[in-house]
Amino acid sequence: MALPPYTSTLERVWFYTFRTICGLIFFFLIAPLIVIVPLSFNAVPYFTFTPEMLSLDPAGYSLRWYQDFFTNLNWQGAVKNSVIIAFFATILATALGTLAALGLSRAHMPLRTTIMGLLISPMIVPLIISAAGMYFFYSKVGLQGSFLGVILAHTALGTPFVVITVTATLLGFDHSQTRAAASLGASPPRTFFKVIVPIILPGVISGALFAFVTSFDEVVVILFVASYEQRTIPWQMFSGIREQISPTILAVATILVCVSILLLAATELLRRRGERLRGVTPA
Amino acid sequence: MAAIAPGQLTTADGTPLKVSFARALRRSRLKALGLVLPLFAFLLITFLVPIGDMLFRSVENQLVGRVLHRTVAALADWDPASGELPGEPVFEALVADFVEGRENRTTGRVGVRLNYELGGMSSLFRKTGRRAKRIREAPYRAAMIAIDERWGNLDVWRLVKRESDAYTASYYLAAVDLRFTAEGSIARQEEERQIYLRLFGRTLWLSLIITTLCLLLGYPISYLMATLPVRTSNLLMIMVLLPFWTSLLVRTTCWIALLQQQGVINDLLVWTGLIGEDNRLSMIHNRTGTIIAMTHILLPFMVLPLYSVMKTIPPSYMRAARSLGANPFTAFVRVYMPNTAAGVGAGSILVFIIAIGYYITPALVGGTSGTLISNFIAHHMQVSLNWGLAAALGALLLAAVLALYVLYDKLVGIDNMRLG
Repeated sequence: MALPPYTSTLERVWFYTFRTICGLIFFFLIAPLIVIVPLSFNAVPYFTFTPEMLSLDPAGYSLRWYQDFFTNLNWQGAVKNSVIIAFFATILATALGTLAALGLSRAHMPLRTTIMGLLISPMIVPLIISAAGMYFFYSKVGLQGSFLGVILAHTALGTPFVVITVTATLLGFDHSQTRAAASLGASPPRTFFKVIVPIILPGVISGALFAFVTSFDEVVVILFVASYEQRTIPWQMFSGIREQISPTILAVATILVCVSILLLAATELLRRRGERLRGVTPA
Repeated sequence: MAAIAPGQLTTADGTPLKVSFARALRRSRLKALGLVLPLFAFLLITFLVPIGDMLFRSVENQLVGRVLHRTVAALADWDPASGELPGEPVFEALVADFVEGRENRTTGRVGVRLNYELGGMSSLFRKTGRRAKRIREAPYRAAMIAIDERWGNLDVWRLVKRESDAYTASYYLAAVDLRFTAEGSIARQEEERQIYLRLFGRTLWLSLIITTLCLLLGYPISYLMATLPVRTSNLLMIMVLLPFWTSLLVRTTCWIALLQQQGVINDLLVWTGLIGEDNRLSMIHNRTGTIIAMTHILLPFMVLPLYSVMKTIPPSYMRAARSLGANPFTAFVRVYMPNTAAGVGAGSILVFIIAIGYYITPALVGGTSGTLISNFIAHHMQVSLNWGLAAALGALLLAAVLALYVLYDKLVGIDNMRLG
């Protein structure tokens, strides 16, 4: 946006000051994530730049923390558990959440607001309270420290996101489309798969992504409900930061930042596809 | 079927239209409910019942009445206000309860429970538990007082009597720095044990500071993104969304690397000569660390609602204000800012709700002065094992969050909640 020629000096000064302030805020947002990338290649076990690193001496850099991550059984077990737990929690949450969203979007849903409030409550209730409740209850029924317990807990935490994203895709849905399909002779299942599924698919996938990330990043409930056997990456990171802080954590963090860049790209593509399908042209 | 009045509308098979319509409506409702039911049942079992169960712990108090059941029954007609010790039958019952409790190892737990209310009870119960079985005959009262003279103390008996009810308010009183006095009235906790009100105050105050900082940082960049062309603002949006999608532990780790005494920022300041080597700033494991890290983590939650509201304000409003003679500042304050009120409200409440229940970041970078109410709940669950108090603190926190959530719902509506 170029400044028009009639702007006064004061406005000109303010324009550039404002841009600078915004630049600093964006710097605050993004710089911490960037800084850890070179630090994770540190040759010595410190969280700071060594003189060798600053002079770009190759001896100051090493891959030892990445090597540690890929060979250490604590971390490898954590990666495996994270993927398994997130996978099952995502499938369950997506199935249950999509069904519920379809129900909530029907014209004659009784007690809509109350039920919606209850269904998204896992997102509202502070995690420490969910964790406390699940810890007491799951211990009582013998689910504490089991994979099933962790998967159930993560499913519960993930469903609100699926409900919200799928409900959002159905918000502008014209119900005469299903009636049109029926009048053209399609059976209800056929109508569902040929008309409704293509419309809600972007919502379902982005809800599933949210559910996956929720489980993959979740750290409060897992600390209470899981034991060492079910350790996930966040569990391992938390105990790592608390006990023996080593740059392996920075290597893991760097890998996770890369994973979130991929996830970000995926959601962006989904959003564009969803807008195109619903005929919303980008402004 | 009721007789059909002449002139009434009917369907082809003769059913009154009203009846047929009601039937169709009911079927449609049942279908909708049937779709929601699986998730509802699932959440009920895995989430809602556990939370209810935990909240119940904040008033539940059956331990004393169950373990000391004979004593409690015998105490039924003892008047705590009489100023006299309970009679011989009560002591006889107490000895029997202790002998039984010794076998089941339950009296120790009663001692721990009563110790929350009165110091020294735990040791009294352990000591008595070891020796009570030697008492075989009357006089029981004298024998018990011989084991420990505290059994001759009226306050101990008043406490046992008070805590023998199945439900108690004492956890909630403890959570707001109150306590029962020995006489059973409610009083302030002693000065050095008053921590929770201050903790709630600190949690609210820090959340308020973090919300304000998020608003101050989020408003300018949202405005910039809303006024720039889409292509540029989408690029800038990535800088907001990338932290949003990154694990919060990763972001907390980043701040530890940056803020610690031997960290990047301190090194930079020493290198530029702004501060000396000896007085490196301590920016972590204290309140500053919590505020900086949490502001960074919660900023996207402020920017996203602000941006979506600002996006809907037509630029012509500002041009109209300018053409009517307002200077840029007046136009912004009088025309633009009132239009963003909904976004400011939504973002602020969202950030505030998340901040007051935050656990991980304060636990890792908060030290002692930067911890919040959540950290104390976790402490009582894992370290002190005072689960009743943890539940009472949790219930108060939950009440605060739900009240704010209702406000959010009124302001924004949960249907309009957007993600990403």
